Amino acid sequence: MRVTQGTFSFLPDLTDEQIARQIEYCLGNGWAVSLEYTDDPHPRNTYWEMFGHPMFDIRDAAGVMTEVNACRKTFPNHYIKVNAFDSSRGRESLRLSFIIGRPAAEPGFALVRAEGAGRSVRYTTRSYATERPEGERY
Amino acid sequence: MKTSAMNERARTDQARRDARDGVVAADEQKRAKTGAARYRPGVLKYAQMGYWNPDYSPAATDVLALFRITPQEGVEPEEAAAAVAGESSTATWTVVWTDRLTACDRYRAKAYRVDPVPGSPGQYFAYIAYDLDLFEPGSIANLSASVIGNVFGFKPLKALRLEDMRFPTAYVKTFAGPPTGIVVERERLDKFGRPLLGATVKPKLGLSGKNYGRVVYEALKGGLDFTKDDENINSQPFMHWRDRFLYCMEAINRAQAATGEVKGHYLNVTAGTMEDMYERAEFAKELGSIVVMIDLVIGYTAIQSMSRWARRNDMILHLHRAGHSTYTRQKSHGVSFRVISKWMRLAGVDHIHAGTVVGKLEGDPHSVQGFYNVLREGHNPQDLQRGIFFEQDWAGLNGVMPVASGGIHAGQMHQLLHYLGEDVVLQFGGGTIGHPMGIAAGATANRVALEAMVLARNEGRDIWNEGPEILAAAAKDCAPLKAALDVWGEVTFNYASTDTPDYVPTAAVA
Repeated sequence: MRVTQGTFSFLPDLTDEQIARQIEYCLGNGWAVSLEYTDDPHPRNTYWEMFGHPMFDIRDAAGVMTEVNACRKTFPNHYIKVNAFDSSRGRESLRLSFIIGRPAAEPGFALVRAEGAGRSVRYTTRSYATERPEGERY
Repeated sequence: MKTSAMNERARTDQARRDARDGVVAADEQKRAKTGAARYRPGVLKYAQMGYWNPDYSPAATDVLALFRITPQEGVEPEEAAAAVAGESSTATWTVVWTDRLTACDRYRAKAYRVDPVPGSPGQYFAYIAYDLDLFEPGSIANLSASVIGNVFGFKPLKALRLEDMRFPTAYVKTFAGPPTGIVVERERLDKFGRPLLGATVKPKLGLSGKNYGRVVYEALKGGLDFTKDDENINSQPFMHWRDRFLYCMEAINRAQAATGEVKGHYLNVTAGTMEDMYERAEFAKELGSIVVMIDLVIGYTAIQSMSRWARRNDMILHLHRAGHSTYTRQKSHGVSFRVISKWMRLAGVDHIHAGTVVGKLEGDPHSVQGFYNVLREGHNPQDLQRGIFFEQDWAGLNGVMPVASGGIHAGQMHQLLHYLGEDVVLQFGGGTIGHPMGIAAGATANRVALEAMVLARNEGRDIWNEGPEILAAAAKDCAPLKAALDVWGEVTFNYASTDTPDYVPTAAVA
């Protein structure tokens, strides 16, 4: 399967040139770009690990791409995403978030059903990969 | 000869005096009477009762309303405006002495300005100011009972339309607003930087619960973020509501596991009583749904109650604007949808259907953008081109996510993104379920078209002109998108809009 979180996961994997253009767009809007990685892609895993702080002071895409490459080199078998944070009043949240790195094989998720009264079912989504310890999953 | 000249002069003088007296009489009818003359039993013009006051300068704490009035023949526009002010505030048809027991000068709404509507003879824009104390805090029912409660059937008017309103910050702050809001909804869904995608299950009536859930599963698995009950899916012989909820939750969770994304289905909890609605909403919550849905026809108070419930239970609240066209569509009479948008933002819904521009349902581009701005922005400047007559500060109230639904398809993606922007749910019902390769393929086509268009826009490409090219290029990697473009690429709904803003570009409006 393919985890389709993020803004562009239905497109073919973005090239470095395409990633740099999206970063330029974010910087042009005054947003701070950051990188996050994980080996637990559960849809409700809100807190991926931060690859450093948001780059508030890097204003050129080439500088951010250096970090992108460093992150990919450090975590070749993790999910990696580029986030763009907008600090303006009333938003103060992400404006763009797209995956730029993913494991070669994605085993996906099991759906665990706990059957209850009145035909109701309590569902749990569990990543096959997270049955192994952190760092040994992909 | 001499007599004839004298007679001529006498006639001219008399004509002059008549004309002057006429003017004086007309002025007299527009001027507020004061003191004992004001309260002599009998009938006065509304203007004479003090509801027309061209010298009034609205206070920052006043609620303002703009009405489009069409007076009957022989009724002065100022008097018609005064009548609307009167009947929507303190007046009745005759003088009552009990006014004098109150601070009536303050409670009287004031019509303070009347302008002819550009290009519409016989119609006028009437500006009316209401003191804040005329309204109960936090109640759309009270606000609407005043402002549209009585006046719309008033005989001296042929027609009446509430075009726009301005709410002072002090009043806005008496409402809790949308329980979730655009920003938090996106954070909960973990979806940023693109419009959300949805589809309404079709056929909207007749499917069994099991078959209904199939459509939900296929559409969500294929790439949509949300699916939706239609406005009239409640609990019918072919599908009981509990059955629908249970099958939909199975579909949502299966799709979530298949994609790794958070998914949702707007479970319509609309029912005959509040007790039934609460029961259905509680059941949706127990099953783990992230969103419930209501119809506009349940009424303003029921909407506010469901908003409170949603806020207490961390639930996104979707509103389907069922029934609104009965009073929003015709320009001469009713309530503009921009007013309904403002009321619903105050009442507190997270989603509201607000037009597509390019789809099958009514929607002039500028008017629709005006509705979207009212729903989404923190502050609306005056924008006559988009039908926004008043500046409005939303004072930190959450934004409402507009929903574009009805006759839209993947081939219009560039136009949809251009007109509607990013914070919107694009709903492709037929455009998903009617796809020749199946429902999941239909969903994939829409998602790929959307992501390709956002990517291109962010890269600085001119999507308005290059849109079809961008879609064709994306379709090379995506057979479902190619099939969608082949089937629907040329489908358009080009009809003249009935509800367009009337404005003069240079007009200066207070």
